[in-house]
Formats: sequence, C-alpha cells, structure tokens
Amino acid sequence: MPPRIAPKIVFDKVTRRFDLKDNAFVALDRLSLDIADGEFVTVVGPSGCGKSTALNIAAGLLKPSEGTVLVDGKAVEGPGPERGMIFQQYALFPWLTVRQNVEFGLRIKGEEASRRRQIAERFIDLVGLGDFADALPKTLSGGMKQRCAIARAYAVDPSILLMDEPFGALDALTRVQLQDQLLDTWSRERRTVMFITHDVDEAVYLANRVIVMAARPGRLKEIIDVGLPYPRTEEIRLSVEFMSIRNRVWQAVYHQ
Amino acid sequence: MSEASKTTRSGGGSNEDRGIDYRGLALNLCGLVAGIAIGWVLTAGGAVGLPPPPQVASRFIDLIANGQLATDIMSSLARVMTGFLLGVILAIPVGFVMGWYKVARSLIEPYLQFFRMIPPLAIIPLAIVTMGIDETPKVFVIFLASFLASVVATYQGVISVDKTMINAARVLGAKDMTIFLRVIIPASTPFILVGVRIGLGSAWATLVAAELIAAQTGLGFRMQQAQLYYDLPTIFVSLITIGLLGLAMDRILLVIERRLTVWQERV
Ligand SMILES: Nc1ncnc2c1ncn2[C@@H]1O[C@H](COP(=O)(O)OP(=O)(O)OP(=O)(O)O)[C@@H](O)[C@H]1O
Ligand SMILES: [Mg+2]
Repeated sequence: MPPRIAPKIVFDKVTRRFDLKDNAFVALDRLSLDIADGEFVTVVGPSGCGKSTALNIAAGLLKPSEGTVLVDGKAVEGPGPERGMIFQQYALFPWLTVRQNVEFGLRIKGEEASRRRQIAERFIDLVGLGDFADALPKTLSGGMKQRCAIARAYAVDPSILLMDEPFGALDALTRVQLQDQLLDTWSRERRTVMFITHDVDEAVYLANRVIVMAARPGRLKEIIDVGLPYPRTEEIRLSVEFMSIRNRVWQAVYHQ
Repeated sequence: MSEASKTTRSGGGSNEDRGIDYRGLALNLCGLVAGIAIGWVLTAGGAVGLPPPPQVASRFIDLIANGQLATDIMSSLARVMTGFLLGVILAIPVGFVMGWYKVARSLIEPYLQFFRMIPPLAIIPLAIVTMGIDETPKVFVIFLASFLASVVATYQGVISVDKTMINAARVLGAKDMTIFLRVIIPASTPFILVGVRIGLGSAWATLVAAELIAAQTGLGFRMQQAQLYYDLPTIFVSLITIGLLGLAMDRILLVIERRLTVWQERV
C-alpha cells in the first residue's frame, strides 16, 4: 500500500495541446494524479490516449500547455538524472559498447573512470549482461538491449523510473523474465516507477495501482488498486483474484 | 540470465563484415579478363578503329618510363586533393550548423539547393574570367563540387539522428554541448562519410573536365593533347589511369568508412 506521505510525483491538471493545421488537438486533458514515493503504477489505455505525452511531460522532455508536474514538490523544468527513462525502442547508443552505454550518464555526472567502471560493472551484472560488457548493441537480442538500457538508467541512480512500453517489442518469455527482474530490483531499491503498457496482464502483474486512461481527449478514466501482495509469483498470476482485477482493468480499457 | 549462452557472444564486427567473398572476386576477375579478351579480338583487325590492348600497354610503359604519367598524376591529384579537402573541411561544420540550428538552415538552404542544380562545370567560364587560368579556378570548381555534395549529406545526417536517442541522452543529464559532441557527431558519421565519398567522386569527375578546358599538365590535359594528334593509345592510358585512381580513392574511403562505422547494423 502506498504510504500517505507527500507524493513523489504530482500531475496537477496537466493539459497538453498540439497545434495542428486548422485546430489545436488535445492530447492530454487536465490529468491530475498523485504517485507515492516508492510506488509502482502502470498506465494503460487505448492508443493515442496521451500515455506517452504524460510520461514525457513528467520526464521534462515535453512542456505542458497548462498545469504542472511536481517531483518531490518542485515543478519539472526539464529532464534530470533523478528521473530515469526507458524507451520501447531501447535508444542505446549503437557506437558504444554495453559498458560505455551504461557509463554514459556517469560520465556526464563527472564520475572518475575507476568509479564509473565499478558502478557500470555492478549494474551490468545486475541485469545479467556480464558476458557482454564489451559487445556492441548490434550484436545483442532485443531483450538484452532493453536490459542494457535498464542498466544505463539505473547507473545514474534515479529515484524515479519512467518506462514507456519498455517490454512492448519483446517476446512473451523474455517479457516475463524482465518483469520479474524489474520487480525484484524494485522491491529491493524502491524506486518510484511509472510504467506504460498495452498489456493488461503486465499492468496488473507489476503494479500497486493501474491508471486507466481514455482517448479523445486523452484523460484519466479510472484508477484501479491491485492490492495483491509482493513478491508477485506464478501462482498470483494464475490466481482468481488476479483474474478478477485483470477483468476489471480490461473492462475499463476496452469498454469506454 | 538465460540468454547468456556463450555461442551468441561476439565482441565486435560480425563475420559477414570481415569475410572475403572469394567466389565473387573470382567472378570479377573472369569478367575483367573476358572484357580485355573481347576488346583484343574486336580491335585486332582494326575493326572499330581503336588501339589493341598491347599497344595501350606499351604506351603505358613509355609514359611511365619518361615520367610524364607521374607528373600528370601528381598535378591532377594535387588539384583534386586540395579542392576536395577544402570542400569537406568547410562542408562538415556548415552541415552541422544547418542541421542543428533551424535559422541557419533556412538562411543557407536556398543557396545550397540553387547551386546544387548548377553543374560545377558550368561555373568554369565564370571561374576563369574572375580567377584567371592558373590553378585557382580549377581548385575552386573542385572545391565547390565536393562542398555541395558533402554539406547536404552532413546536414541530412544531423537532422535524421533519432530523436529518441537525443532524448535518452537528455534524461541521462546531457546538455546541448554534450549531445552535440557525443550523440549528434557519432550518429551522423555514417551519413557524412557517404557524403564525403560522393564528394570525392564528383571532385574527381569535375577535375578531369576542368583540365580539358584549361591546363598545362594533368591527366585531362594529356588526353586533350593526345586528341589533337589522334593519339588513341595515350587517350586510353589517361582514361584507364583516371578510372583506376578514382577507384583506388573510393576504395580507400570505403575502408575508412567501414572502420569508423563497424557499430552500424547492416542489413
Ligand atoms: N508531436 C506531436 N504533434 C502532434 N500530435 C502529437 C504529437 N505527439 C503526440 N501527438 C498526438 O497526441 C496524441 C497522444 O499521443 P501519445 O503518444 O501520448 O499517445 P499514447 O497513449 O502514448 O499512444 P500509444 O499507445 O500508441 O503509444 C496522439 O493522438 C498523437 O497523435
Ligand atoms: Mg506511446
């Protein structure tokens, strides 16, 4: 259960319009949402409902047209290393090896070489890429690329992880492995996670709360408390409780 | 994790990049030999009015022996290298500025698009009138040809850098300067190198034509002289030399390009 202290992330009536040729298109309409420190929320909703828009605003990559996003009580002005982001298309730097990719943020932080290497080593091992530290991204499978991207985000030690359909391009088995790995790390380090997905099962399996959004205009539709205990296991995934929550989310998403 | 099976491990370039295609090479060679043989047969009887291969070969030897070929090659290469290097050295920063700053792009682009439509050779009369008939107009025309080719490639490279990659760098804390140095430059390198290769190709082509019009040395000049005396073997020697040098320079750049972009996924 999310503790009732000051929220980590606050969306305060966040609206985002995009100017089209003849009219302004409302991608996100007055989204208000509190995310507690250490909470894992997943966001689901039909395509085009503004999920990525909301996440990018929280990341500081996109400016809201109205409203604000507060992180630790301060308005977001731009990107910052305390908010790590993971993209569906991995966005690794293809000219850098796994190790150099993971060290990228550390180098910007100004960490010295030996310390960089040490930190990178730790996170590369954490995501199971120890044998591939000196490989170039083109030699990795999709799952391995995404693990590298996760290690790269962890390395700068963000207190928030913003993930935009990170496992969307992976096969079912790799997906489940990465979900478990993510939950494992999360339960130890308690970063706040905002995780977008198209997959209702994934949304329920991972989250404290599932945020359901609706389209045209993009807006908050419903917040569903999952309330299943962690660690989440195979049994939980197959339990009746899981199924009923899953069905509720499904209804909320697909019968709008 | 489970994927860490050692068999998929591969540190650098994959095998397709490195391996030599012997079958392809053998076929290349066969085609070459066959071509010369056909040329020989066709020209043996003087049927097409062209010199047979042995005559061209012996002229090659003569021109190498008396040093004329070397002189011509040196003066042609000096021109092309000067013009080409100046063009590329200017094109890369201009291309980056155009790709990075919208304002600069809008200011420069009309000129670029306009000059791109003028064949560099068409500039020669203007260049001769304004710059005289020494080296300057020739180098200038080559400079222009390679500049135009490389500048477009560079700025196309910069604007086609994946936005997600830039965003990834931003959320890791990178500011504009870091993004430029550590993301934009490496990410656009493949485009730039393609542009440089195209630039060299058009520099070479332009040079020869420029020498046909006004020069006292050079491969193009030699051909033109030979033309006055119906000296077909010398024309052939020049043509073959031009082709071989162009090919050699292109291959060298190709090797450099491959070296600098081993990280690229090739399909
Ligand atoms: N840069 C932009 N310019 C114009 N319209 C945009 C832009 N970015 C997003 N949109 C529009 O805003 C709406 C919301 O986009 P967004 O990417 O947030 O959707 P999403 O919920 O992430 O969808 P998906 O599940 O397909 O990723 C879409 O209709 C999209 O067309
Ligand atoms: Mg999206």
